[in-house]
Amino acid sequence: MTSSAVSDREARPLYTAADAAEATRENLGAPGEFPYTRGIHASGYGGKLWTMRQFSGFGTPAETNRRYHELLRAGGTGLSVAFDLPTLMGRDPDHPLSLGEVGKCGVSVASLADMETLLEGLPLDTITTSMTINSPAAMIFAMYLVVAEQRGAAWAKLSGTIQNDILKEYIAQKEYIYPPRPSMRLVTDVFGFCADNVPRWNTISVSGYHIREAGATALQELAFTLRDGIEYVQYGVDAGLPVDRFVPRISFFFNAHNDFFEEIAKYRAARALWAAVIRERFGARDERSWKLRFHSQTAGVSLTAQQPYNNVVRTALQALAAVLGGTNSLHTNSLDEALALPTSEAALLALRTQQVIAHESGVTDVVDPFGGSYYVERLTADLQDGAREYFAAIDRFGGMVEAIEQGYPQREIADSAYRSQQAVEAGEQTIVGVNRYTDDAAADIPILQIDEQVERDQVARVAGLRKRRDAAAAQRTLDALRRAAEGSANLMPFILDAVRAYATVGEMCDALRDVWGEYEETPGV
Amino acid sequence: MARPIRVVIAKPGLDGHDRGAKVIARALRDAGMEVIYTGLRQTPEQIVEVALQEDADVIGLSILSGAHNHICPRLVSLLREKGLGDVLVVVGGIIPDADVPQLEALGISGVFQPGTPMQAISRFIESRVQRGASAAT
Repeated sequence: MTSSAVSDREARPLYTAADAAEATRENLGAPGEFPYTRGIHASGYGGKLWTMRQFSGFGTPAETNRRYHELLRAGGTGLSVAFDLPTLMGRDPDHPLSLGEVGKCGVSVASLADMETLLEGLPLDTITTSMTINSPAAMIFAMYLVVAEQRGAAWAKLSGTIQNDILKEYIAQKEYIYPPRPSMRLVTDVFGFCADNVPRWNTISVSGYHIREAGATALQELAFTLRDGIEYVQYGVDAGLPVDRFVPRISFFFNAHNDFFEEIAKYRAARALWAAVIRERFGARDERSWKLRFHSQTAGVSLTAQQPYNNVVRTALQALAAVLGGTNSLHTNSLDEALALPTSEAALLALRTQQVIAHESGVTDVVDPFGGSYYVERLTADLQDGAREYFAAIDRFGGMVEAIEQGYPQREIADSAYRSQQAVEAGEQTIVGVNRYTDDAAADIPILQIDEQVERDQVARVAGLRKRRDAAAAQRTLDALRRAAEGSANLMPFILDAVRAYATVGEMCDALRDVWGEYEETPGV
Repeated sequence: MARPIRVVIAKPGLDGHDRGAKVIARALRDAGMEVIYTGLRQTPEQIVEVALQEDADVIGLSILSGAHNHICPRLVSLLREKGLGDVLVVVGGIIPDADVPQLEALGISGVFQPGTPMQAISRFIESRVQRGASAAT
């Protein structure tokens, strides 16, 4: 018996036909057929490759806009915006808590003026744009919609994704602002607004990525993410939305980690679980509601600062697992990301890695090539069983919001993270260049430096905006937003009005802070 | 009999990635230290206040966002103002090599980059705190 410390799973050295027979006793279905274990498209990647969507953003909107044009020229097929911490936390660049953080981990977007610059020259009606934004998702999305409106791009034609997944913030990433219940209202308001106005937009990207990065096993990532998905559907239904009207626009986001076969099985299990739960638990009739579509990103946490070129190899293997598992969209990490945000050269190599897999390896020629594998089918079934046990445990709390309030998923993940670190230190889990095959050579690679001038520029820009705009008009829209939050109307139209009046992210978020307060978790180790 | 080493583990700045902070907090606790974890988004002022209240020997900061060059100088100067200049300050996280000498010159005793074993950190703290104690007597 060997044990995989990544997953806490015991793997046997041999799997046989008996494993596969037991695992596939329920109909696997053909690719493109319920329960979509083998993929949501009958032709796999034959019809369309996955979207090569490199997550990127740093410094000022103008700098990031240049990087987007570079990525598209290099053959990237979608955009993915990384925002800085002040933006993610709903704080303007000139707020005291933003000190030292502006433009560091992503691009600083404080108002519609910044969004206009960020999207300069990009064809909004033909590209798809993903935006990693959660607590202030509705505000940032509204800015994107208003820029489209200014340019005459019809909302009905826009396609893209906002992450908008607040539950995993409480569980793992911890970029929350408000308490869970009002936050869930913002999420379902976006569901309802998009069903009527932006029908091709992915209203949420239910994310296991951050849950995994925080230390979860593959099983925990799968189970908590899908259970989050169930929670969103339940809240949508409770808000009066018909299931088949909003569930087709729910998308997912998974990690692509080291354990190659387990990752492939995880994606297959995710599709089968979602199809079943949406049909059985919620009675969805539209097959688009049953199909789980997902983005994946290679595991940032697996990158090492030591011997950084090894990261290129890790990333390639992880990306290959995502492709073999049928990912619909993929981000590959850059070799330097254990040290800093990626340089332009490192980001290009990461994109090239996807292109080599897509066009040279031949793996896209056959649909679900591991279908029927004794081992992969067994793993796919075992992960589904394990996830259903977690679903039941979370149902016993009353739901995911209640489980989060009790700290349950947070504790499970922290326990796994600690066990994983202990396994590395005991030498039970090998990390090449860190606890085996080490050398003393310094990691001499170029590092992206964010100029401290960025923060001063963004502070000046937001100050200039406040002077330039019609202050009374901005204030009126903020007051209206605050009043609307006290009632139960859909908040999106109020947020759009505030965005059009050039209210800032910080001002809009403050208006809601006034009504809902802020969430603080009880620190636990 | 010496009391256990008291460590305040803190997450300053806006970043919420707390995996490292929580793992090291458990590891130091398992190594016999008393650990106080502040939770997220603590200002340097709040961290120094906790260190004062808890009579801490060590402050461990976890910073992954690139804001270390703003947070560390503020924390060190506040510690000096409050007469806590002898508290050992260590930092872990995504800290580029180029920034390490500057942090050390500031008075940060240990900078632990990704991949550092937990044991190395607890041994470092044990050696520095004991040496500090014996030098004082």
